Amino acid sequence: MATLSTTNTKLSLFRSKPFQVGARYMVIFVVAFILFGLILFLAGKHPVEAIQDILVYTLGTPTGFSEVIVRMIPLLFTAIAVALPSRVGLINVGAEGQLYIGGLIAAGVAITFPQLPAWLLLPFMALAGMGGGALWAFLPVFLRARGLVNETISSLLMNYVAPTIVSFFVYGPWRSRGAASTPQTVDFSESARLPTFFDTRVHLGLVIALIILVLFWYVMKYTRWGLEMRAVGGNPQAARRNGIAWARYLILAMCIGGAIAGLAGMSEISGIHGRLRPNFSPGFGFTGFLISWLSFGNPVGILIMSFVIAIITSGGDILQLKQDLPYAVLNILLAITLYVVLAKPTFFERKKA
Amino acid sequence: MTSAALQSSTVQPLLTMRGITKRFQHVLANDRVDLDIFPGEIHALLGENGAGKSTLMKILYGFYRADAGEIRLRGEPIQIRTPQDARRVHMGMVFQNLNLIPAMTVAENIALFLQDLPAIYQPKNLYERITHFSKQYGLEVNPQDIVSQLAIGEQQKVEILKLLLSNAKLLILDEPTRVLAPHEIEALYQVLSKLRSDGYSFVLITHKMKEVLQCADRITVLRGGRVAGTLQGRDANEDRLVSLMFDKLVSTRIDRQEAAYSPASGSKGSLKGSKQQPLLQLKGAATRGEGGAASLRDINLEVFPGEILGIAGVSGNGQKELGDVVLGMERLVKGHKLLFGKDYSRQSIGDLRKDGVSFIPENPLTMATVPFMTVLENMALTQPWRYARSGGLRIDWQAVRQDMETALGKFGFSFSPYTLARSLSGGNLQRLIIAREMAHHPRLIVASYLTSGLDVQSATVARQALLQARNEGAGVLLISEDLDELFSLSDRLVVLYEGGIVGEFKPSEIDVYTVGHLMTGHTVNQHQVMDTKG
Repeated sequence: MATLSTTNTKLSLFRSKPFQVGARYMVIFVVAFILFGLILFLAGKHPVEAIQDILVYTLGTPTGFSEVIVRMIPLLFTAIAVALPSRVGLINVGAEGQLYIGGLIAAGVAITFPQLPAWLLLPFMALAGMGGGALWAFLPVFLRARGLVNETISSLLMNYVAPTIVSFFVYGPWRSRGAASTPQTVDFSESARLPTFFDTRVHLGLVIALIILVLFWYVMKYTRWGLEMRAVGGNPQAARRNGIAWARYLILAMCIGGAIAGLAGMSEISGIHGRLRPNFSPGFGFTGFLISWLSFGNPVGILIMSFVIAIITSGGDILQLKQDLPYAVLNILLAITLYVVLAKPTFFERKKA
Repeated sequence: MTSAALQSSTVQPLLTMRGITKRFQHVLANDRVDLDIFPGEIHALLGENGAGKSTLMKILYGFYRADAGEIRLRGEPIQIRTPQDARRVHMGMVFQNLNLIPAMTVAENIALFLQDLPAIYQPKNLYERITHFSKQYGLEVNPQDIVSQLAIGEQQKVEILKLLLSNAKLLILDEPTRVLAPHEIEALYQVLSKLRSDGYSFVLITHKMKEVLQCADRITVLRGGRVAGTLQGRDANEDRLVSLMFDKLVSTRIDRQEAAYSPASGSKGSLKGSKQQPLLQLKGAATRGEGGAASLRDINLEVFPGEILGIAGVSGNGQKELGDVVLGMERLVKGHKLLFGKDYSRQSIGDLRKDGVSFIPENPLTMATVPFMTVLENMALTQPWRYARSGGLRIDWQAVRQDMETALGKFGFSFSPYTLARSLSGGNLQRLIIAREMAHHPRLIVASYLTSGLDVQSATVARQALLQARNEGAGVLLISEDLDELFSLSDRLVVLYEGGIVGEFKPSEIDVYTVGHLMTGHTVNQHQVMDTKG
């Protein structure tokens, strides 16, 4: 017993929670990069050079770094969109679809009211985007709350419907006559564009996403709703018996998640594209899902993971250019990261009795 | 019986545990425990909740690894790392929650458990083996019956058969009588003593002294993770056991004041108008059970202020559904439910709780608490509106803590507020829930298996608290299988069988055996027939 307590104090730094969490993420990435390097090596490439390229061209130059942040914005949104419902025990695989519908409705507002001033139009677009995302989330969760259909499957399947609806509008009624070849809507008016910072493409969406992340953390940790939602997620049966409005929280959490994903769509088309295009998201919703699960729904984890995944996906472009590697190798790296994280229970957690 | 007891000093023990120590984070669950089990004995392991009985047996059965200590089988040291290891050396365990697959037949359930079962097995052979054992030891079941159609007592027989067929010689039974009616308990003892005379050994985990005195050859009492003493069955009596189980002697007598409550003097003057309006009224209530759940049919009952209505029945006969109907978890397909004289069918469970309905469910872990939340958070869960500040933006944890300490203090319980609920033992969770549900002067209490998993001392406190609530004017629906408890607490008693009410009595009008037979679906007249058959 005496020896036990002395080792305790010696190890206190290593046992502190921030250190452990930090160490865990470090180990995850080191292992993932080593495995990735191994695959590159087997493919006849130079692994150290490739990884060096990824890091230098993303973190090493101002432009590269700003592009990482630009990538990070929709990932932050969609990760929260998955993390929030996961707190009440829902698996929202539908962030991608919610993002598309959010972008669609926001674009509808932008091209219908181009004359409105920015201070009015942007909030209007944001609300429209959130409404669209929430609606797309409501359908699966309503069926779930009624005990009819599992939300995992239905939200996943709805992902394939949303881009088609966007394409319908972009190829059909909203197609700009001006641009000859590429199907897209008319350019948004200046007042429909989110302001950007320091001559980069980093836009106001970053601030909004960070505010939402802080709100998410605060609500979960300190408020009555957070307590009740954690109860619903922790033990739905006990929560219901304890008088917590179970079904209401399911619907609310999923719809708010959908709204946040919708906001991701709005911020993408308004902050980056300035018009609606088909397939404007390269799977941000799915990547957000990955980030949310990699970080176990933890807000700090979401922040770190979004950043890291943004580096990796930006790195894909670099690898294409510099190493003549197909973009798909990035999927290998992402998949390896996922596997390493999923292996976590046996690797990193002391086995509990 | 005497032969086994005499042997103990001369014969080599079948199994020896020496210096078994097991620590869970902050709790020393077993502290240098020594235990000997001799061939052909029934060894009772007695102790209050958290005394370490289950931990010790789970170590023996390979669920946990001991931090220190050794296990010897006939003098040879052995390592038991998994339940498979335990089974290989002819041990078997019957768990509190029986482990059968309801949709399969008795024989299929047994076959699944057999390790020597050939890939293509002959059902006929298996049936013969089953009937051979069942006839020999009075464990009569039909191998071709579907388990879900068996009464709980029969399912227990299947569990024991399962172990016998897999050549277990040492059987560990965890609270085997918890789910049985009185005459079924008698039958179980007969089975055990027959098996004992054929050399089988038993470890009986229990906290019911009466049963221990009735059937055990030797009794080991655990207290706070240590062995408080081992007695020969014939030397033991209730007083000696109680003094071993508890540091200080407690009175287990319950002060029961008859009709102490009068509506006029009641502090809860909320019942306007009619003085004796029932708190709860079910009229012709019926539900449709889905899957394996029981359906209630035509339930008529009333709970008045200042009254405890006992619901007797073997579990699975609609008790859970009855509690859920009152709470609103289960929808009525027929009939009406009135609470406090009003129709509550449109109100949510949250509203119900706000209006003073408390619910102590049968399983505190799955039905009342959130395992990954702290004790404090769990305390706040039923009444979040009470502690929410600034419209919900903040929670006044200080107030939760004060309420928690008052509530627990009333019972003499105490918990660290920041431990996770899942790290509490079953008994402690039950204590926590009882304290929580009694904390805010409930008007109607639905208590299912109030004292299940509680030791004598805590059970007495819990019962006393229930009586006190009743004396202050609360109505109580007490669902239980413990007939002693029901008889000592209830003002009126209702027997539930297969979802219907099969009898309503004043406890003074009826005896335990009659109720026991009603509980198992025999009318009182068939009482005699039943006995001759058994």
